[in-house]
Amino acid sequence: MRKTLMTAALGAMMAAGPALADLVVVDTSYRTGPYAANGIPFSDGYQDYFTLINERDGGVGGEKIKVIECETGYNTEKGVECYEATKGEGALLYQPLSTGITYQLIPKATSDGISLHTMGYGRTSAKNGAVFKNVFNYPANYWDGASHAITHILNENGGDISGRKIALVYHNSAYGKEPIRTLEELSKKHGFELMLLPVDHPGQEQKSQWLQIRREKPDNVIMWGWGVMNQVAIQEAVNIRFPMDQFIGIWWSGSENDVKSAGAKANGYKALTFHNLGSDYPLYDDMAKYVVEAGKAAGAGDQVGSVLYNRGMYAAMLAVEAMRTAQEIAGTSAINAAQMRDGMEALEITEAKMAGLGLPGFGPEFKVSCENHGGDGMGAVSQWNAEKGEFELITDYYQSDQEVINALVAEDSASYAAENGIEPSCN
Amino acid sequence: MFYREAGDFKTSYAEDSQTFPIKFDRYRYYAVLVIAFAVVPFVINDYWVNAVFLPFLIYAIAAIGLNILTGYCGQVSLGTGGFMAVGAYACYKLMTSFPEVSILIHVILAGGITAGVGVLFGLPSLRIKGFYLAVATLAAQFFLVWLFNRVPWFYNYSASGQISAPERTVLGVPVTGAETAPWAAYLVCLLFVTASALVARNLTRGMAGRKWMAIRDMDIAAEIIGVDPLKAKLSAFAVSSFFIGIAGALFFSVYLGAVEVGEAFGINKSFLVLFMVIIGGLGSIFGSFAGAAFLVLLPVFLKNLLVGGLGWPTDLAAHLEFIIVGALIIVFLVAEPHGLAQLWRVAKEKLRLWPFPH
Amino acid sequence: MPEQLVFAMEVFLNGLMAGVLYALVALGFVLIYKASGIFNYAQGVMALFAALTLVGIMDGQVPFSHLINAVFGTEIHHFGWHLPALLAIVLTMVVMIALAWLVNHFVFRHLVNQEPIILFMASIGLAYFLEGMGDIMWGADIKKLDVGLPQGINSAIDEITFGIFDYGFFIDNLDIVATGIAALLVVGLVIFAQYTKQGRAMRAVADDHQAALSVGISLNYIWVMVWSLAGFVALVAGIVWGTKSGVQFSLSLIALKALPVLMLGGFTSIPGAIVGGLIIGVGEKLFEFAIGPMIGGATENWFAYVLALIFLVFRPQGLFGEKIIERV
Repeated sequence: MRKTLMTAALGAMMAAGPALADLVVVDTSYRTGPYAANGIPFSDGYQDYFTLINERDGGVGGEKIKVIECETGYNTEKGVECYEATKGEGALLYQPLSTGITYQLIPKATSDGISLHTMGYGRTSAKNGAVFKNVFNYPANYWDGASHAITHILNENGGDISGRKIALVYHNSAYGKEPIRTLEELSKKHGFELMLLPVDHPGQEQKSQWLQIRREKPDNVIMWGWGVMNQVAIQEAVNIRFPMDQFIGIWWSGSENDVKSAGAKANGYKALTFHNLGSDYPLYDDMAKYVVEAGKAAGAGDQVGSVLYNRGMYAAMLAVEAMRTAQEIAGTSAINAAQMRDGMEALEITEAKMAGLGLPGFGPEFKVSCENHGGDGMGAVSQWNAEKGEFELITDYYQSDQEVINALVAEDSASYAAENGIEPSCN
Repeated sequence: MFYREAGDFKTSYAEDSQTFPIKFDRYRYYAVLVIAFAVVPFVINDYWVNAVFLPFLIYAIAAIGLNILTGYCGQVSLGTGGFMAVGAYACYKLMTSFPEVSILIHVILAGGITAGVGVLFGLPSLRIKGFYLAVATLAAQFFLVWLFNRVPWFYNYSASGQISAPERTVLGVPVTGAETAPWAAYLVCLLFVTASALVARNLTRGMAGRKWMAIRDMDIAAEIIGVDPLKAKLSAFAVSSFFIGIAGALFFSVYLGAVEVGEAFGINKSFLVLFMVIIGGLGSIFGSFAGAAFLVLLPVFLKNLLVGGLGWPTDLAAHLEFIIVGALIIVFLVAEPHGLAQLWRVAKEKLRLWPFPH
Repeated sequence: MPEQLVFAMEVFLNGLMAGVLYALVALGFVLIYKASGIFNYAQGVMALFAALTLVGIMDGQVPFSHLINAVFGTEIHHFGWHLPALLAIVLTMVVMIALAWLVNHFVFRHLVNQEPIILFMASIGLAYFLEGMGDIMWGADIKKLDVGLPQGINSAIDEITFGIFDYGFFIDNLDIVATGIAALLVVGLVIFAQYTKQGRAMRAVADDHQAALSVGISLNYIWVMVWSLAGFVALVAGIVWGTKSGVQFSLSLIALKALPVLMLGGFTSIPGAIVGGLIIGVGEKLFEFAIGPMIGGATENWFAYVLALIFLVFRPQGLFGEKIIERV
């Protein structure tokens, strides 16, 4: 951050003037509070990509992107305050970055006609765009994640996991309970035994859970953790000498933050992901040139290439591509929120597109439609390499068990529609 | 100049013992009410309602509730978050089970249910005192949150474990759900706040309030002069929980619309409401409002000033916000340990004598 | 021996160890409450602040670097040194003593003779302040704390118990070290309180402020000393817990684990904090082990409080608290 506070203040006053033609994106970040360590890299990546597009290409279709950052501290009430404070600025898109805030915003944003992109979190059944008109959760959701983990275990064991014991260690909250239904269905299908181990917030003390794991010796452990719970769980797994390569975390339990404090012994820990890792992409050269070295980075610039930075950048990339799509459909570069929604619904990500952006193979290919706001459920597994200090992709992108998940999505979205008097339609 | 008893003659006992005996004071409150009911709804927008007014009003109800327990009856409680959760879940269950009944009745019933739960968790107060009791009420906090998270019946077996308020109307105007107009939500909360403040004010002026205060000042002495500590303490728990339950129900149904118990009603809520009560002033209804205003408005104001006005990075602003709020709490306590209400009281005393203080 | 009983023994032992960790945090509360009647809510945040400062000093981080960079447009982050743990601990202690002086000088000196709840509130204000200060000084990222404490399963215990029960017990090395540290800390504190001049003065102040003042004990001096001691205890707790989970914001939440311990042991008793910690640790672990699976688990948080509540109903001043004498 080379901008000084004085210039920032001046800039804010000048920016306060009418600038409605910009494409406004709101970044509800959390750089404080218990989850700050995860919020900072995501927000940095998210903003840096937009900055790059502005600096290098002069915006999208000639329109500059204006990012409004609003600090939530992962607090739902502050999130609502942020939404109300910023929606009047012509915001096209929100990336709430918290399941709690997402649930608040689903009805509000739908009624205001503004789109939400909840990438890899939020309400899973929002995949059904016939019910959730303004909510998008491509490219993957939690139920996909649960299935990815099981599929990975299946592949590791030659396709047969009947009689295996799989434990789910989860944050005892709505977020942590997300995969249970899916895992129960899958356990019926594949015949493995599921063991549920809730950890109460914040999760600093998990001795009971890990002693139980040590006693009952599950073959695999899947984790749905968040914040300090991740670090402690990985440390405890190391302590009881649980084989790390049999330990799989969801994507929110798979950043450098989570494994670093456990040191070299966390080597081999696996985590799911729906985008690629590392900074070995042509785009990062531009990022260094136009953003970081130019002193325009959102943060200190030390996060570039970390897992969550990449995730934030990926989210921004998807947003920019949706804007392009929206501009094509609308035939104008100054799109409004409704046109942005249409753009998101017509978004198609192909390998050629990603390669053209300098991000070859960065994420799965998918196509959004009204029936499917959630992508094709593609994900991959990454593994922590303690020596190099980075997560490495160890599988290709593969699809989750669509048969099981689509049924669950249909069921849950139907109950939401019934509860809220929504008539599902795709016109 | 105007604020004094002189010239304000009373000709009946009823007049003499009314809530605000000074004419100017009374008219000023009327004026505030008129503005709040008749002017504000026409000028506010989404932002003001959702970011400022709704949280302020709802926290004011919760603070009134806690103030009755802590400020008037001297029982420190850290279970507020848990009791608000009871109100919210009771309201949700009632709303979804009896959709034809008015939401206003549901909110009041939710308060009643919370009162029952409050009495249950108030029982240990007969044995345990002071900070020991405060920590003991944390048992209620953690247990209730765990319970609502654990038992799917409370959230109607929804897959997400969150509860969300369906649309309900009052006189044909939606007050919950996404289509709620800002003024409607505001008016509903204002209605409950006004009623709560009136009830609380009169309860605390009457026999019940005097008993509570006797218990607060010294419970053994109170017992000797004939105040039944069982009844007094439990009634304080009941009344306090009733208001807190209403606050929880409104917090869920009108303000947020969807909540997850651990996040919305966690231990932080308990502390926040206690801060409001202490900063505002223990044993003062006005203090509850002042405290709620202070802790709701100050962060919003600081954020808008630092980020919006000065354009600072949001994280720096957020950290500074903590420092400033913390420092202000300390400064206020050092300047006036009995809270904002005491400052107000001193100001009024001064005003009574002004411009001839001697 | 039936398998379940062996498991229960393992859980019991681990509960004892966890209890020691809780007691470490509770000790800081007790010290301050005893000497000045302040229920110091900021104790958890002090542990976080101490641990942050320790890591910052060890890694040569420039304090306030983010703010400085933002104001002056500079680009500084590190001094470029790496200090040994022991030296860093000493330097951190200097910071904590300075903090103790500041806290006394600017806050609590002005609040003498106020009601306990006002003092409690002031400590909450302090907690807010320190939270923001810690973040702004050292940044909000998760930091690895390594002062050389061992971690992981203790192999010797594992092998010995395997020989006896055919099932090796899991005991974390860190817990064993923490137990040692806690024992040293308690013995040190007791010796200090019983046999040194300052310790006697501290106890005199705890007994009766005015009587202590009248025999020439400086209250301000004692309070600064007590806050420094509490700062030291916070530092120790911060090191142990920070080694477990990395130094991060959530460290301040360990205070919530200490409250039931405090309530059970009594706010005014140092041995009470230890015994209370052990009871809570064992109680919550055994409950989770025996009853938890039946009612869905994750019971530890509330059960600790319920357990303490049950004890309190029979002994309202806690196990070792001073008897509450009420006169009209």
